[in-house]
Amino acid sequence: MKFGIVVFPGTWSEKDTFHALAPVLGQDAEYVWHGETELSGFDAIVLPGGFSYGDYLRSGAIARFSRVMDAVKDYADAGGPVIGICNGFQVLCESGLLPGVLMRNDHLEFRCIWTDLRVENDSTNFTSRAKVGDTLHIPMSHGEGNYQADAATIERLEGNGQVVFRYADASGNVTEEVNPNGSINNIAGIINERGNVLGMMPHPEKACEALIGGDDGNVIFSSMIDSLATATA
Amino acid sequence: MPVTQETLDEIALSRSEYEAIVDRLGRDPEPLELGLFGALWSEHCGYKHTKALLRTLPSASDRLLVAPGAENAGVIDLGDGLAVAMKIESHNHPSAVEPFEGAATGVGGIIRDIFAMGARPIALLNSLRFGQPQDARTRYLINGVIGGISSYGNCIGIPDVGGEIFFSDSYKGNPLVNAMCVGLIEDGKMASASAKEPGDLLMLVGADTGRDGIHGASGLASRTFEEQAEMRSAVQVGNPFLEKVLIEACIEALDIPGVVGLQDCGAAGITSAAIEMAERSGMGLKIDIDAVPRREEGMTPYEVMLSESQERMLLAVTPGHEDKVFELFDRWDLDASVIGTFELGENVRIFDEGSQVSSTPVVTLTDAPEYTFSAPKPDWLTALQDKDLSEVPVPSESAGEVLLQLLSAPNIASRFPIYRQYDYHVQINTVVEPGGDAAVLRLKGLKRGIAVSTDCNGRICYLDPKIGTIIAVAEACRNIAVTGAEPVALTDGLNFGNPETPDVQFQLNESIAGMREAADAFGIPIVSGNASLYNESAGTAIFPTPIIGSLGILEDVEKHSTVGFKNESDMIVLLGADDWDNVEGLAGSEYLDFKHDTIAGQPTIDIDLELNVQSVCRDAISSELLSSAHDVSDGGLAIAIAECAIIGGKGASISLTVGDRWDAALFGESQSRIVVSLPEANLGELSQMAESKSVPMKVLGTVGGGELSIDDVVQLPLAEIDDAWKNGFTKAVSD
Repeated sequence: MKFGIVVFPGTWSEKDTFHALAPVLGQDAEYVWHGETELSGFDAIVLPGGFSYGDYLRSGAIARFSRVMDAVKDYADAGGPVIGICNGFQVLCESGLLPGVLMRNDHLEFRCIWTDLRVENDSTNFTSRAKVGDTLHIPMSHGEGNYQADAATIERLEGNGQVVFRYADASGNVTEEVNPNGSINNIAGIINERGNVLGMMPHPEKACEALIGGDDGNVIFSSMIDSLATATA
Repeated sequence: MPVTQETLDEIALSRSEYEAIVDRLGRDPEPLELGLFGALWSEHCGYKHTKALLRTLPSASDRLLVAPGAENAGVIDLGDGLAVAMKIESHNHPSAVEPFEGAATGVGGIIRDIFAMGARPIALLNSLRFGQPQDARTRYLINGVIGGISSYGNCIGIPDVGGEIFFSDSYKGNPLVNAMCVGLIEDGKMASASAKEPGDLLMLVGADTGRDGIHGASGLASRTFEEQAEMRSAVQVGNPFLEKVLIEACIEALDIPGVVGLQDCGAAGITSAAIEMAERSGMGLKIDIDAVPRREEGMTPYEVMLSESQERMLLAVTPGHEDKVFELFDRWDLDASVIGTFELGENVRIFDEGSQVSSTPVVTLTDAPEYTFSAPKPDWLTALQDKDLSEVPVPSESAGEVLLQLLSAPNIASRFPIYRQYDYHVQINTVVEPGGDAAVLRLKGLKRGIAVSTDCNGRICYLDPKIGTIIAVAEACRNIAVTGAEPVALTDGLNFGNPETPDVQFQLNESIAGMREAADAFGIPIVSGNASLYNESAGTAIFPTPIIGSLGILEDVEKHSTVGFKNESDMIVLLGADDWDNVEGLAGSEYLDFKHDTIAGQPTIDIDLELNVQSVCRDAISSELLSSAHDVSDGGLAIAIAECAIIGGKGASISLTVGDRWDAALFGESQSRIVVSLPEANLGELSQMAESKSVPMKVLGTVGGGELSIDDVVQLPLAEIDDAWKNGFTKAVSD
């Protein structure tokens, strides 16, 4: 599968994402510069983590005006798979491709820790290799990961099964104690109504090998690869 | 032209230094030239009080590719076409004045030093010192520094994987912020900070030049100060996003054939960067000051030359190739300007709008005076060393109570609340995260890995600058050894008081002598370093604090060891001497300071034993005998064991058969000791390894249960010691 990894000035997880996809999972991956307007050659698009434009104004606020984001919007509208990780999730929310907003962590600190994500929906193209209730051990590192939305939006997301991951403990218990940033309902990752755009704050590419702490992140990318394979089969 | 004392004070030059300038030039210096001398002859840039000493440090090694001082950082060969650049640098004085930006730009500066070598930065470490954390101003400094490091390092995408933080009254007026950076150079793509031919162009890329940081090198870093408020404008302001983009652009620029040299603008800005490039190239230099893009109006040539605006780099470019450079930097949305030309000749000539403003011999500027000194050992030091520690009373509290107090002491408690504010995962190379003795990083595509650490116990260096520095080197290497790696390079960050005073002069001489002795004994080169002097307030110097950064190689990164106990029924073993009835082991210990408000005693170390202990530990790890390994240092044996239990989430039963002085047994900080745990079946083999190297070895107990018990003097539930250690730091800075 050919993954396009978008790079804004200030993005830095593109190399980590490339490593998780290409050497580790054996996929084709290419960097897409933020000025690019042509995405048709890609089977999936990744908006990786980092501090695009230095997080000036708000995280993702400037990146969403890049030329490439017009192309990403068209790509998503046509049903193409898009995954936004950390800063990528912030950019997707700023662009309106996903509802809600990522605000400053409630304790006001940048936090880098391992999290356990409870899989809430296993019928998405990003979680087909998991089962509801599974926990994925994946690290997060962000200062603005506090997912917020108005009550109506939250109700809709929960009702539609659009909440894909929640912060939990290793046994899958979703509690206030394990919420690392104040996100409503411990929401760590969501998909759009159509199911082709996923945003998540933790970094699956940082959990791609046992040597660096675990490879649960591969469940997500592998699910994407599976679904793309069946789509083209 | 008579020069006023006020002028001299502003640029921190002494009258005799001024006279030396007049003498060497054969005339009075122009005002602009005086500014250049002030910068380049500052302690920070000129290393006046340390040059002669630093020259005595060993730097030879088969692995050494770039000698210390030759370029921006030291470089050693890792094999397989990889080399690593490493350096530690201080940003103490700016951090005392404006902690957030001071620390942030300290990080920015060391990163630039590394990528100026053509190395891609892969790790940061930071070694910090503050006054006691209950103090309001100290809390302000701590929060600012951690915030600055976090915001800069995280934004730029380089993992912060280690360091230390240490609190003592000694650092109250003079916090220390030493930042270390490690970078990878692939296949000989190393950059040099020099031009190739006369006619090569000098190009400035990156940020505009403003008025920030003028006199940062001379004013802040080169003398003690009491009036912090007025120095605020001399603190530089950082922009990590710009630097991130700059790194990418510069590393790409090195692939352009016409780009022959790269240098970063750090302390003393364009002045030191450009003039040092000229000196290294053996050429003269013409600078067109008006070609430097500015962010403020009405800047004088003096201000432009001395500005320490951040995120600027200099390139040396073969004429005819500058268009490719412009095109590349334009693509990254960065400014690039030709600001001068290297030329045949001896002088740096500064022009403004076509008229020459100054012309000064390069070598005179870069050859700052060198001071050597000898000073006697102060009597107060002898008195401290000779103090009879058997007079220190055994506490009336129980050993368990004292253990809990120490576990939550600011110098011992878990640093997780700090380092979880730093991204230590980015670049996905982190195999052993912060929180242990050293971080371990993998090198993608290779079996090999590296371990990195910093260490220095200022209190012990205060009690004996020579032995204390030997101990600092030993500890920095021991931290590496307990991961299974072999230390191969060191970098030193010297932090001392006023070098014009005899006590500090004694400390400097002794410390460097100790560093030399230790590095020789270990056979490891000191590849780079930094000196920060004048760290004192109200006439009191900080503890002499020579921070040692160490780097080690693991041939197989999968075969590494970590701190926590792993398996129930594993044996717990001490490698090294079990002299726990020896009250002298309390010398300079955290326990002695924390419980008895006393800093005294004579630190000691047996280097041969140290080398052997480290070697046995390393061999045991690579033979996969061990489940865990941990260095015994701050807080002593009981703290080390408690940490292994807490981090591993497993209790331990220990028998030491302590005598009356349980405090010396539990909390003494004798050197050359490592606590390991291993399956009983491997005990025989470990024993043989230890015996073959004459390393004492003692079985202390077993892993297991939900408690830490030591003889019948300590019996504490794991949950209790866990809570004390994990929450100690947060309590210390907020209660």
